[in-house]
Amino acid sequence: MYGKGILKGLGVTLKRFVDTYLDDIAWWGRRYYNDEGIAHRSSAKGRGIFTVQYPEEKLPVPEEFRYVPFLVYDEGADGKKEIRCTSCGICAKVCPPQCIWIVRSNDPQTGRPIPEPTEFFIDADICMNCGFCAEYCPFDAIIMDHDYEIASYKRNVFNMEQLLKPASYYKSIRPLNYARNEEERKAKEAAKAAKAEAAS
Amino acid sequence: MATLVHTETLDLAARFPGAVTADTRPGYSGWIVNKENLVEVATTLRDEFGFDLLSHVTGVDYFPDKMEVVYNAYRTTGGPGIFFKVQVPRVDPIEVPSVTPIWPGAEFQEREIFDLYGIKFTNHPDLRRILMWEGFDGHPLRKDWHEPFYEEDNKPFKSRWPDGKFLSAEDKNPYKDNLRFPQGFDPEKITFDGEAALYGALAKYQTTDKNGLKTDHVIVNMGPQHPSTHGVFRAAVVLDGETVIGLKPVMGYLHRNHEKIGERNTFLQNMPFTDRLDYFNSMSNNWGYSLAVEKLMGVKPPERAEYLRVIMAELSRIQNHLILIGMLLNDLGTFFTPALYAFEERELILDIFEATSGTRMMCNYHRFGGVARDLPAGVFEKIRDLVEDRIPRKADEFDRFLTENEVLVSRMKGVKVINGEDAINYSITGPVLRAAGIPYDVRRAQPYGIYDRFDFDVALRHNGDLYDNYLIRLDEIRQSVRILQQALKQMPEGPVMTGKPQYQVRVPAGESYGRIEAPKGELGFYIISTGKPNPWRYHVRAPSFINITALEKMCVGQKIADFVAILGVIDIVLGELDR
Repeated sequence: MYGKGILKGLGVTLKRFVDTYLDDIAWWGRRYYNDEGIAHRSSAKGRGIFTVQYPEEKLPVPEEFRYVPFLVYDEGADGKKEIRCTSCGICAKVCPPQCIWIVRSNDPQTGRPIPEPTEFFIDADICMNCGFCAEYCPFDAIIMDHDYEIASYKRNVFNMEQLLKPASYYKSIRPLNYARNEEERKAKEAAKAAKAEAAS
Repeated sequence: MATLVHTETLDLAARFPGAVTADTRPGYSGWIVNKENLVEVATTLRDEFGFDLLSHVTGVDYFPDKMEVVYNAYRTTGGPGIFFKVQVPRVDPIEVPSVTPIWPGAEFQEREIFDLYGIKFTNHPDLRRILMWEGFDGHPLRKDWHEPFYEEDNKPFKSRWPDGKFLSAEDKNPYKDNLRFPQGFDPEKITFDGEAALYGALAKYQTTDKNGLKTDHVIVNMGPQHPSTHGVFRAAVVLDGETVIGLKPVMGYLHRNHEKIGERNTFLQNMPFTDRLDYFNSMSNNWGYSLAVEKLMGVKPPERAEYLRVIMAELSRIQNHLILIGMLLNDLGTFFTPALYAFEERELILDIFEATSGTRMMCNYHRFGGVARDLPAGVFEKIRDLVEDRIPRKADEFDRFLTENEVLVSRMKGVKVINGEDAINYSITGPVLRAAGIPYDVRRAQPYGIYDRFDFDVALRHNGDLYDNYLIRLDEIRQSVRILQQALKQMPEGPVMTGKPQYQVRVPAGESYGRIEAPKGELGFYIISTGKPNPWRYHVRAPSFINITALEKMCVGQKIADFVAILGVIDIVLGELDR
């Protein structure tokens, strides 16, 4: 019969329409505006439309999600910021668009470099969010952020003050990575201690 | 009749004594052909030895003494390809005979070489700039040409560390100082030579009709701001009524000289840049590039990484074809209902990419000798759910939704895109070639990775019309699902990276060509290393760019409305087309 294909196709749209409402009823009150509902809508069991109503609701960001990097500092005993960065320059060298500028600090007396940057700039407008800096940093001092709402009317050139965030923030956005880093660090320290003991 | 000689044992130097010599530079392969004998050798390769598919043509600038044009041809029956090169002294005017009369697919690539290297191709039917604008000064891929915000030849730039002082490029090099014009060029008095050349190339169609009446032909510019062109692509179309009688594509609006950037970058830094080529399929772009570099480095990824690469590439193919079907229907006038249905499964695939690689589209997932990281917890199950349930269901839904729809069938059936023979001549690869009845798929013709382990069919349709081009996408989705099901079952545990992750890789000197079957066709990366941290030459064989060469051939004689649909099924993406 001519027109059967069209009717069949329209059947698909009709089914979608009905499915959305059926799913709404089955998940009454829980389908929208909460993480569980979003997860359900995009799962294999979800039926009907699954549009996410940004900005009222937001897709949960996975741990590995990466956006413009930040610098990590550990909170010292008296609230002192212990910056992890040693200004070794690997991130600046590996950065594909070359958007990282680091000024290494020198000891005023000896003139020898000391492991802390004086200045650190990231041009966030040039940054391509590739994540190489975080991936190749040997000290876990630069980490990719999760905060993606940074649109602004001016150029986003972040200096060290704007880039520094505490290790607790790092732990809150990337718990698994943080735990892995800590484990590695402890293992390394233990190995160092064992070595020192063997030498003495 | 082509005689089958294995590429490995084919001795061109013995066949053409004096005209061809073997390329004996360390790390190189293939043959060096005398400029005078190029046409003869190329014709013999095609007709006698069966190398019917000219994969790519590109230039290399061996600053300061010579220029080289590299040709790479394959057999559509499969197997390894053959490299042959022409070397010319680096003194203008540099001239090389054109191979467009032998392989029409070389037309745009030769124009590109002319544009970016300044090598003139004698006998070329329409030698104009293709990517740069007409008033452009110089040839940007030459090693002695520097871009406006030029800092240094190679990254990393020295000003970044240890005493890096941030300075924005705009302040350092304000507007008007950052532009170079040819001598005597006044931007106020620009004459549109290029436009004249463009429409001049179309002028041959402005003839009187058979009754001696002069017919007014209408020239319509489709694009660059046109919803059907999927980006900033423009086609100047000559119309007789509503029939297309001539067409010239105009491109380069998104040109950023990807290859020059690639030559400034270190090998690793190029990885995220490949994401930006065909931005729908960064996973497969990464693969093509890592394949080429791994060949030179001689590293092999571990088993699990090979499986992860296959899984990601096939998921990428599925979502690409879903977009294509959705957007094709948009082009045909079914605004956004099919497109949004198609986007649903794509969103879920992008969620998987995001969880694994960190970003939905710019994945940057591959490393030389493996992949960046293993699947996070829960992602394997998500992929399994998709592959076993949602994607097959989606393909079936599309079948019910569209395949038998009478309006769609009458619109698409019988609207010829291209036939098989022409498709090969024009170097078309990918689904468009397979829809025209040529079973050529790099995954089978010259398997890379671990594709030789999977049981799947090369999707094939025979008519080469719009309808077949639509159906073959659904077929390929189903074949990809088959591959994915096997890959998920077989995937072993283990490391995902060979050796320690390194940010500075040592790549031995030599040339290498890595190619994969990307969703849009054969995607290849041609790389020349001199043993330094940066590649000397980094060329992308972009399927979108080469498939578009035949656009005029496809559209002439069709209706203007079909042009939109034909452009839709060729599946171009401007990030890759303009590079």
